[in-house]
Amino acid sequence: MGAQLRVYKRRIRSVTATKKITKAMEMIAASRVVKAQRKVAASTPYATELTRAVTAVGTGSNTKHPLTTQAETVTRSAVLLLTSDRGLAGAFNSNAIKIAEQLTARLEREGQEVEIYIVGRRGVAHYNFRERKIAESWTGFTDEPSYADAKKVAAPLIEAIEKDTAEGGVDELHIVFTEFVSMMTQTALDDRLLPLSLEEVAKEAAPKGEILPLFDFEPSAEDVLDALLPRYVESRIYNALLQSAASKHAATRRAMKSATDNAGELIETLSRLANAARQAEITQEISEIVGGSAALADATAGSDR
Amino acid sequence: MAAELHVALVAADREVWSGQATLVVARTTSGDIGVMPGHQPLLGVLESGPVTIRTSEGGTVIAAVHGGFISFADDKLSLLAEIAELSDEIDVQRAERALERAKGDDDASAERRAEVRLRAATAR
Repeated sequence: MGAQLRVYKRRIRSVTATKKITKAMEMIAASRVVKAQRKVAASTPYATELTRAVTAVGTGSNTKHPLTTQAETVTRSAVLLLTSDRGLAGAFNSNAIKIAEQLTARLEREGQEVEIYIVGRRGVAHYNFRERKIAESWTGFTDEPSYADAKKVAAPLIEAIEKDTAEGGVDELHIVFTEFVSMMTQTALDDRLLPLSLEEVAKEAAPKGEILPLFDFEPSAEDVLDALLPRYVESRIYNALLQSAASKHAATRRAMKSATDNAGELIETLSRLANAARQAEITQEISEIVGGSAALADATAGSDR
Repeated sequence: MAAELHVALVAADREVWSGQATLVVARTTSGDIGVMPGHQPLLGVLESGPVTIRTSEGGTVIAAVHGGFISFADDKLSLLAEIAELSDEIDVQRAERALERAKGDDDASAERRAEVRLRAATAR
C-alpha cells in the first residue's frame, strides 16, 4: 500500500471514532433534555400556586415589604448568572455570559455597583480568567439541579437584599439564565427578580382578569408575606436552574449533531481521496508492468536479430 | 352529597397528592386549623407537622409537611410545601435513624423533621 493511501486510511479511522463519540453524546443529551423538561413540568404546580398566593397577599393587603418596594436610588445590584459546568454546548455559555456583561454594563452606566453571583464552572472560569470579582459561586449541580441547590443559591441573595445598602446589602436582584423555548430555540435573557412588581405577577397569575377573593391571613398579612417572598424567590431560581439545564442539554444535542454531521462529511471526502489515491497507485503499477514488458520484448526482439 | 374540597398537596418538585376531600387539618404557626367546604378564603403559614386529609371516599391521607403554606379559596385548597411526604412513602426505620442522628448532632430542625415524619408514619 502506498504512503498516501495509508495516511488517508488512518485519518478515516480516527474521524470514524470521533463520530461514534459525538453520536453517543448527542443521544445522551437528547435523553437528558426530555428528563429536564419533565422536571420543569413537575415544578410548575408549585410555582403557579406560589405565584397565586403572592398575588393574593400583594393585591389583598396594603402591606409594605422590603422585597416589594422599589428603592428610590439604587446604589448596588446583584446579578445571578446561570451557566453550565461543562462545555461542548455551542454558544450556550457565551450567550448567557454576553447577556450578563450587557446587563452589568447597563447597570454600571446607571451608576450602580454590581455584584456578580455565578452558578456553573464555565461562568466562574470566564470571570476568573479576566480577574474580575465574584461575590459567590456554586458549581457541581448544573446538569440536574435539585430544590435544595436552589435554596443554597437563594439564601445569600435573599440575605443580601434584606441587608441595608449602607451595610453592603443590595437593592435589586437580577437573574440571567437561558430560557428553554423549544428543542430548537433557547434564548439567554435577563430578568429582574426583586424588588417584585406585584402588578406584573398579578398579570401573570390571572391573565383573564380573574378577581381574587378577599383572603383571611393566618397569622397576619405581614407574616405571610415575610414567609412567602423568600419561597417565591427560591422557586423562581429553581425554575431558572431547571430551564437552564434543559437548554444546556438541548444546546449540547445540537452541537453534537452538527459535529456528527461534519464528521460524516469529512469521512466521505477522505474516502473519495483515498479511492483516487488507490486508483492512481493501480494505474501506476499497470503502466510500470506494461512499460517493463515492452522493454523486455524490445530487448528480446533485438537479440534475435 | 355533601360539599367537597378540591385538595392539591404540592411539593417544590412534584405534585404529591390531589383529589376530593371533606376535611383538611393542618398546623399553622398560630395553631391547628381545620378546613371544610365553604370556609372563608384563607392564606396561612404552615409549621412542620402532619397534615390530615379526609377524602370523600371516607379514607384518610396523612402527609408529613415541612414548612410551607395553606391557601384556600372557592373550595379549592392548596398545600404548598418545600418537602412533603405521604405517610406510606415514609420509611419508618430510616426516619428513626435520622432522629437518632439529629439528636446526636444537636440539630433541632433535623430532629423536628424526623419527628414529624415518624408521627405521620405511625398515624396511618
